[in-house]
Amino acid sequence: MSDSSQPGLDSRRRDFLVKLAQGAALAGTGGLLWDYILRNEARAAPYALRPPGALDEDDFNAACIKCGQCVVDCPPLILKLQPAGGSLPIGMPYFDPRTGPCIMCPDIPCMKACPTGALSPSLKKIEDARMGLAVIDIENCLSWKGLRCEICHRECPIKGKAITLETHPRQISKHAMFVPLVHSDACTGCGICEKACPTTIAAIRILPHKLVQGKIGEHYRLGWTFDTEVTQDFKSPEAVEPAGPGAAVPKTAPGVDYLNEGGL
Amino acid sequence: MSEATVRAPSTAAEHPVPTGLWVWRYIILRRISQVGILLLFFGTLHWGWEFSKDVGLLSGNLSASTFIGLIPLTDPFAALQIFLTGHVLAQESLIGVAVVLGFYLLVGGRVFCSWVCPVNLVTDAAGWLRNKLGILAIFHLPRGLRYFILAATLVITVISGLAAFEWVSPIGMMHREIIFGLGMGFTALLAIFLFDLLILKHGWCGHLCPLGAFYSLIGKTALIRVRFDKNTCTHCAECAKVCPEPQVLNLKKLEERGYVFSGECSNCGRCTPICPEGSLKFDFKPLIRGHNVQADAIAVQRRTK
Repeated sequence: MSDSSQPGLDSRRRDFLVKLAQGAALAGTGGLLWDYILRNEARAAPYALRPPGALDEDDFNAACIKCGQCVVDCPPLILKLQPAGGSLPIGMPYFDPRTGPCIMCPDIPCMKACPTGALSPSLKKIEDARMGLAVIDIENCLSWKGLRCEICHRECPIKGKAITLETHPRQISKHAMFVPLVHSDACTGCGICEKACPTTIAAIRILPHKLVQGKIGEHYRLGWTFDTEVTQDFKSPEAVEPAGPGAAVPKTAPGVDYLNEGGL
Repeated sequence: MSEATVRAPSTAAEHPVPTGLWVWRYIILRRISQVGILLLFFGTLHWGWEFSKDVGLLSGNLSASTFIGLIPLTDPFAALQIFLTGHVLAQESLIGVAVVLGFYLLVGGRVFCSWVCPVNLVTDAAGWLRNKLGILAIFHLPRGLRYFILAATLVITVISGLAAFEWVSPIGMMHREIIFGLGMGFTALLAIFLFDLLILKHGWCGHLCPLGAFYSLIGKTALIRVRFDKNTCTHCAECAKVCPEPQVLNLKKLEERGYVFSGECSNCGRCTPICPEGSLKFDFKPLIRGHNVQADAIAVQRRTK
């Protein structure tokens, strides 16, 4: 005795349930496919260099309305909106430092043009922008090969802070090497160094912090960087303040007293 | 048969379907509007069009823009999606939403579709060619499907944390790529063109587009409407032939209300010039009531004669 053979309420209920299931299946499949396309599109986001003040990747992906007003208001017109089918997520602003670096306008017009806050107005000084981090390929850097290049150091707008020169003495008949070093506490990721680098493919490049920066971990104690004595006075882990940039590193650690007894 | 007497006064012979350039007036105006808006965005970016010194004329694109450096404009549907991702929108974009929403609440939500949206250029071209070639339907989809897609957009936005439609919108692609540089977005438009041409008549705009569905919902309060005069209408159905959303020309509802009530009407102005009797005309909604009272009186008069 099947419901469908009987006209009346049961058959209608069955039809309704089947319709409901069909509708749900259609919505579910379509929804999953749509969600997959979105996630796939967002996958390349970690590789993009965003304008100054851009929120963290996930927040920026969510907040950017893809209007391009930052692009219009950028004085050197270096910002681009990614068209469909490109290598970065669709419609959002990015720049390529090798062809067009950020010139670090003091009034940050791109950030001011952003209507949604995806380029956060909490950025007050352009020197505090962290668009990316300059990374040197020391195998192909002219300075590291022993030539007197140092163009990146001279072009850097955060003079003497973001890129410093270190001298490496060599044997008697060669002059010392003057090698550039990048400091993440000052580098804004503007990319003027990458643009200026004279090698065929830039030996200094801007990459998003996430792709290049490591993290030392809180359990390492660099005892020699403090002039205070390392003692056994140990604070329980709960009492230790979370280490952030600028947070005080606990001065003491357990079981390292022997380091101070002249053994090393 | 009182209805027959009402219909009797005019016949097709007396009132042929109007032809000539004048019939195209709204279509020409719409193209000027669609292309003009694109041109304002394009000129501001590429030719430095300025309102005053260092103040661009119309900066941005249809998702969000700033007019003469003063008035923010924001796509309310895009803003709704961003809101649903959990991001707190900055004040400027909220003002922009209010301006745009206010405008479309007054003139009709889907005025966006036929007077602003660049994809309409593509779908209108496909529709025109489909008519010329006399391509028959393969299958039908319910026009209500777009409301489900609209709901799906919002649900997926919440789940994925990304503005679901903005990331795949062919409207955004077309607009961005014309203004900010070409990419593969034209393939999406080609797909829409072929879909509308060969597969489903008015497929994208009339069945699928969630932005159109969104604007249909906010178009209910519109003040600019197509007025319907039931005394002169001969039921020749010329209007339904040219209408991209013919379900809005439901005669029963037209006679009840005296104007095109559905939010799905985009005020495109195809039906008004084509009507042989001039029974369909753009009008201001508050004035339509007066017309209806008059029309009722005439109908009663005719019946009693």
